[in-house]
This record gives sequence, structure tokens and C-alpha cells, in this order.
Amino acid sequence: MSNILVIAEHANGQLNNSTARAVACAKAIGGEVTVLALTASGDEVATAAATIAGVSNVINLQDVSNGHALAATQAPQIAAIADGYSHVLAPNSTFGKDLMPRVAALMDAPMVTDIMAVHDARTFDRPVYAGNAITTVKVPDSVAVVATVRCASWAPEAGEQAAAAVESSANSAALPTHTRFVGLVSEQGDRPDLQAADRVVSGGRGLGAAEHFALVEGLADKLGAAVGASRAAVDSGWVPNDLQVGQTGKIIAPELYIAAGISGAIQHLAGIKDAGTIVAINKDPDAPIFEVADIGLVADLHQVLPELTNAL
Amino acid sequence: MKVLVCVKRVVDFNTRIQVKSDGTGVQLDGVKFSMNPFDEIAVEEAIRLKEAGIASEVVAVSIGNDKSQDTLRSALAMGADSAVLINADQEVQPLAAAKALKTVVEQQQPKLVLMGKQAIDDDANQTGQMLAALLGWPQATFASELVIDGDTANVTREVDAGLETLNVDLPAVVTSDLRLNEPRYIKLPDIMKAKRKPLDTLAMADVAGGETAMIETVKTSAPPQRQAGIKVDSTEALLAELKTRNLV
Ligand SMILES: Cc1cc2nc3c(=O)[nH]c(=O)nc-3n(C[C@H](O)[C@H](O)[C@H](O)COP(=O)(O)OP(=O)(O)OC[C@H]3O[C@@H](n4cnc5c(N)ncnc54)[C@H](O)[C@@H]3O)c2cc1C
Ligand SMILES: Nc1ncnc2c1ncn2[C@@H]1O[C@H](COP(=O)(O)O)[C@@H](O)[C@H]1O
Repeated sequence: MSNILVIAEHANGQLNNSTARAVACAKAIGGEVTVLALTASGDEVATAAATIAGVSNVINLQDVSNGHALAATQAPQIAAIADGYSHVLAPNSTFGKDLMPRVAALMDAPMVTDIMAVHDARTFDRPVYAGNAITTVKVPDSVAVVATVRCASWAPEAGEQAAAAVESSANSAALPTHTRFVGLVSEQGDRPDLQAADRVVSGGRGLGAAEHFALVEGLADKLGAAVGASRAAVDSGWVPNDLQVGQTGKIIAPELYIAAGISGAIQHLAGIKDAGTIVAINKDPDAPIFEVADIGLVADLHQVLPELTNAL
Repeated sequence: MKVLVCVKRVVDFNTRIQVKSDGTGVQLDGVKFSMNPFDEIAVEEAIRLKEAGIASEVVAVSIGNDKSQDTLRSALAMGADSAVLINADQEVQPLAAAKALKTVVEQQQPKLVLMGKQAIDDDANQTGQMLAALLGWPQATFASELVIDGDTANVTREVDAGLETLNVDLPAVVTSDLRLNEPRYIKLPDIMKAKRKPLDTLAMADVAGGETAMIETVKTSAPPQRQAGIKVDSTEALLAELKTRNLV
């Protein structure tokens, strides 16, 4: 039977819901699920993880170095306790992407990025070529399965349970001091989180200027939606980098995705393949976004976005 | 300070790839290849460090078959001083690539290794972190700004929550994100000059560092295709459609 270690993602004492998505994948693999919370102090994160349905136990590994999630200091802590586990999983967020290959290398194990589906305990589907091909891959029996879980493919494990046992632990591994956290600049306002939102309104180069992004934001606020963007809009400096949707930005699966002034490049589409309904507003009838849009409107967004916002 | 920059030859980012009907992979015959876009950004960054007088020498390295020489020549044309090809005809997965690169790092003794955050063929996003782990070096992934400051580097990273800055001791591994810089265009005279720059070849077996467990690809399939839906002709019609589908 599998014995699965899931690394919790958290910040400011809050458990990120990507952790429950990774637990959902662990449950599909089957077996006992242990969540590992690497924290500097406190037990809020571990306690929250203990109530995710399906979690058997939680380890709260406390070390002063865990004040900020640094791969260089967290990977050795994980590798030191990973020995007894058949699987080590983390969400495929920038947190997991940064951390897990370092863990895998310390364990001398190859790694599976972005598990979309589970065939059996060692066989998984993962996307390649910006999601234009799906490979079914098998991890050899000689090593533990080290992997990240594609958040958009796994709904967070629903429901709570009576809290599982939480065990406190201290780090035993030697930790390097060569990496220091300097700061984080976050422009997140009160809009919903892009990766968790049911509805997303995104803008692209078609907006034409930074100030026109207000049209996207206005519609998003009316809908209670998160705001997203194409690479072109981010590169132009109209919106911060963490709003980029796509192959190399965020992969999302909202129920409703509205793309305004976005052409639909392969790399952008890679981020929205699992969206429920895609709406495209673009003045070019030949824009590739219309090949995947469920509802398309060939029109000027400067006219449509205010009309739609006012009509809601 | 010497800078090592890793470049992979991949299917060009503009290609719409086709999955082979027998499930054995994607169609690579007659397809355009070029340098992985993130590696182009890494090369550009290395060259800028040299132009700024911070780097003294830039060495490009690639693992792949003979055709990867083209990719290395592009790096040389951009401004790298010399190149190393690690010749491998078989598939090289990230862990094996990281082990081979570690050997090259030990030979070359760079103070900085610049790489892409991900190769756009396997989309693995692993090799830089693995190399850093094997060397016991700091890593700064997804870099959008790199400032060398004596024996340390300040690196701004594109993370889900925004922009994070780390300070790392050198030597370190830094992987590039899209907004680190905009790579230059290669000019014809530079291509000519690149032909005369040194390009060494090593055999994968000589740098591999022993056996490495491999992930087996059982099958490759095409993803479910989304179909184009309907077109509406006005904002009112769009709103009505959204209401019918219970989306607003
Ligand atoms: C390695 C790599 C990774 C990448 N990763 C990503 C990624 O993660 N995410 C991403 O988005 N891109 C990514 N890209 C970039 C991608 O290839 C495209 O360049 C980008 O998505 C284009 O953005 P866009 O659609 O906003 O701009 P454009 O392609 O310029 O499209 C603008 C659209 O707006 C329409 N338009 C203009 N004016 C109006 C108007 N008034 N009303 C309505 N419509 C209008 C135009 O018809 C056009 O279709 C990546 C590229 C590379 C090489
Ligand atoms: N075969 C290779 N040759 C040279 N560099 C590579 C190779 N494979 C991976 N890399 C480097 O590692 C980065 C990340 O690749 P990956 O982990 O495959 O997504 C790439 O952007 C390259 O800089």
C-alpha cells in the first residue's frame, strides 16, 4: 500500500487550497496520506491540514528557517524524512515547482511534473508541449514517486473531517545558509484569487493601453471574478506578472473564462484548456481564440465590455 | 567571473505539434527546431553581464545529438565565447541532464549558471533546481531581475503571489522567466564570427556520473480537443446566452 507524503503550501499562517488539491490526487493514488507542514512556529497550518478529508496524519516540522519557503532550506528537511514514504507530492504552484526538483535530486529520484490523472500508484498522465500532447508515464519501482500535482486537474478534497493527529517534529538535517529572503511585493487587492476563482475575466494586447484594463476590472468586479491577462498585457507592464495565464503563467480551470482582446496563442490556450465555458471578445473573426471559444463575439471590446458591465 | 549558460534544442514555440496516431510520441520529422526560448533569455542575460564587465567569459553548453551544434552556434553568435556539446542520441531526462551538467560545472568552475526555467518540449521545470541540489548551490528560479553584487546576487523571482527577491551567495544557479530581458536578434556577421569560436564535444557517457533511474513514457496521446461553439452578434445576445447557461 502507498504511503504518501503531501507537502503543505502555506503563507502567513494560512493553508493554501492547493494543498487540498494535492491531497485529492493522493487519494486517487490510494493509501495513507500524511501532510507535512514546514513552519517556523505555530500550529494553525498543521491544524487546518488535519481537517482535510482523507488526511491520516500531519507532521508539523518546525524550524526557524521556515519563516519563508526557501527551496534550498526546505528540500533537505523533506529529503530527511521522505525515506519511509512511497510518494512525495506537492502542488504544481511556483512553490512546488521550485521545491520538488530539489527534493527529487537529493533523493536521487527522477520527478514527474504536473500530474493530471492517475492510472495506478506509479503511472500518471502529464502534459507536454504546452498541453498539446499528454504523456502517460511510469516511475520505476527502484525509486519513490516524487511529483507535483496540476492544481487545475484536481478539485480540492471537499469536506472536513474530525482533525487527524498532528505530530510535532524538529529538523535533523544540516541546512545551508547561502540563501536569504529579501522581500515579497504582492499587488493582490481584494479580488478573488486567480487560481481559485469560479469566474475569470482576462485582457490582452487588444486593450491597447494600461488605463483600458479598467474595462476588464470593471466587468470582473460586477461578476465577482478574478482578473487575468495574456503575456502581452503583462510584458507591456499593464498588470503584474502574477496575473499571467498560460503555459508559463497560471493554469486555471474556472467555470467561466472571458477573454477580451486576446488572440489565443498556443501558450495562452495551454492555461485555459480545462475552463468550463470560454467566452471570446475579439474584433478579428479569424483570431485562433474562436477555435476554442464556446461563445464568441466578433466586436470591439471598448464597446462590449462597458455594455456588458452596465447590463449586469 | 565565468558564466555557464545551458541551452536546449527544442521544437520551435510557433509549431503546432501533432501526436502520432500510434501513440509513440509527437511528429518531429520536418518540424522546425530552435533554441528553447527561456534559454535564449538566459544567454542574453549572460552576454549582458559580460558587456557590463561583470562576467569575464560565457560558456554555452547543450546536451543533445549533433544537431544541438546549431543551437550552440546560435548562442555563440549572440555573444558566448565558447561552447560545449554533450553528445547524446538517446532521450536525456532532467535528472540525467543535471548530473551531466554538474560534471561540466566541476570542469569549468563558473561562478554562475544561467538556465531556462523550463524547456518548452517536456515542460518539466526541473533541471536547474536539480543541478543546484547536486552541487549544493543556491538556486533562484523564475528570475525576472538579476543584480550581481560582489559575491552575492539579488534575484527577483516571478512567483504566484507576486515578485519575490532573494539574496544568494555565489556560485549559484539562476533560471530565467520571460521578463528577465528581451533577447537580441542575431546579425549575419555574428553568425560568421561564431563559426570560428571553439566548440568542444564530450560524450554523455563520460559526464553522466553513473546510472540514473528513468521515467518510462508508456504512451503519448492527443488531449481532448475543445470545439468551437457558437457566435453571437451583440452584447445583448452574449448576455442572454450567459443567462441561459446559468453563468451569470
Ligand atoms: C516560451 C513562451 C511562453 C509563453 N507563455 C505565455 C503564457 O504563459 N501566457 C500567454 O498569454 N502568452 C504566452 N506567450 C506569448 C504568446 O505566444 C502570445 O504572444 C501572447 O499570448 C499574445 O498575447 P495577446 O493575445 O494579448 O496579444 P496578440 O496576439 O497581439 O492579440 C491581441 C488580440 O486583440 C485583438 N484586438 C485588438 N484590438 C481589439 C479591440 N479593440 N477589440 C477586440 N479585440 C481587439 C486582436 O484582434 C488580437 O487578436 C509565450 C510565448 C513564448 C515564446
Ligand atoms: N538537454 C539539455 N541541454 C542543455 N540544457 C538543458 C537540457 N535540458 C534542460 N536544460 C536546461 O534546463 C532548463 C529546464 O529544462 P527542463 O527541466 O527540462 O524544463 C532548460 O531551459 C535548459 O536551460
